[in-house]
Amino acid sequence: MESFLQLLHNAVPSLLQGTGVTLQIAAISLLLGMALGLPVGVGRVYGPRWLQHLLAAYITLFQGTPLLIQLFLVYYGLPDLGLTLDRMPAAFLTLGLNSGAYQAEYLRGALQSVGEGQMTAARAIGMGKWLAVRTIILPQALRLVLPAWSNEAIAMLKYTAVVFLIAVPDLMGQAKILSSRYFAPIPIYMIVAVFYIVLVGATYLILRQLERRFHIPGLTGEAH
Amino acid sequence: MEFFQNLVTTFNFILQGVWVTIGVTAVALAVGLVFGVTMAMARVYGNPFLQTVAAIYSVIVRAVPVVVIIFILFFVIARFVNLSPFWAGSLALGFASGAYQSEIFRGAFRAVPPGQMIAARAIGMSKLQAIQSIILPQAARLALPAWGNEATLVLKDSTLVFVVGVPEILRRAQQVSARTLEPFLAFSVAMLLYLVLTLLTTQILQWFERRYRLQM
Repeated sequence: MESFLQLLHNAVPSLLQGTGVTLQIAAISLLLGMALGLPVGVGRVYGPRWLQHLLAAYITLFQGTPLLIQLFLVYYGLPDLGLTLDRMPAAFLTLGLNSGAYQAEYLRGALQSVGEGQMTAARAIGMGKWLAVRTIILPQALRLVLPAWSNEAIAMLKYTAVVFLIAVPDLMGQAKILSSRYFAPIPIYMIVAVFYIVLVGATYLILRQLERRFHIPGLTGEAH
Repeated sequence: MEFFQNLVTTFNFILQGVWVTIGVTAVALAVGLVFGVTMAMARVYGNPFLQTVAAIYSVIVRAVPVVVIIFILFFVIARFVNLSPFWAGSLALGFASGAYQSEIFRGAFRAVPPGQMIAARAIGMSKLQAIQSIILPQAARLALPAWGNEATLVLKDSTLVFVVGVPEILRRAQQVSARTLEPFLAFSVAMLLYLVLTLLTTQILQWFERRYRLQM
């Protein structure tokens, strides 16, 4: 027991440091994914046919293959094409591209569930297609997409755990160093698991508050 | 010319990992199915103690990244039995998938009208008998769409056993890239092989869904 407390005492500072990196990667990648998923989702529904196909191909490629292979392709593969990225930018780019595909699909679902009559009505009063999307459809769709988006945020937080494989010093990266330094993999990874449980739990609670705040009143019985 | 030679070498080398990937996925899905159905049964039909155990398993395992679970279980398993990385990795992945599958089956059990359990008990069936012969066959069909989704997730997560040294697609891509010195080629081939696998799996699962759909 005493040795476990000693281990905890030694491990916690660097694990906290790793937590900072994990949160940073998750937050930046989610924002990148949003910046990408928003236009892709809209283009997928309202764009011209050729654009829809192109965007569908991007989504299939990133949803149909494992994140880890995408990460290795970006970090180890792109230098072959003359694009060498540092660890952190490689992590941001890969996770952002990956999350963008998922966020685009969620947004597509939300856009399609806004009543079709609204577009017809907006066009009837003389609005252009894009003006109608921007001012009528999208504001509703963004509120509808929030529950799915929360799931994506939590999934992202967990998926950042693979970036230690390109030597990013996130929570898992620190754990790997610690477990070989103290020859105690099981307790170290258990402590790391607790860290993730706290992170995921806190994120879940915060996002549920957001969902309550922004859900469309009377539309669903959820978030109460 | 050298490029094509490398392409053929790379492709052939990684192709052997496809079977390992399929094996890991199949074992993990089967293990996860056993855990998932058992825990869902405990959650829906068990006594308060079993319900609590099943709920804790589901909440905790789903809050921890799969790769962390694989690490923990890999070292725990190694302490007690001498299993190959393939089996240890697949079991760990299955244990993680079990938590997600338990949520799927919990929903499916709940979706079977409760009157059926009452009726089964009324004609003298035991609870377990009723689950086995009345509830489960219907729940399994109801669970199929969500289960198919989980199957493709496990297929993709099977790359994570890379960390314990299983020679699946990604590991073999890494090995061959060290030999040909063309990582872009190696990981692109790995990615395309994976894409074929997931698209194929989705097709097969959709066929199953159409075949066994249940309207309620």
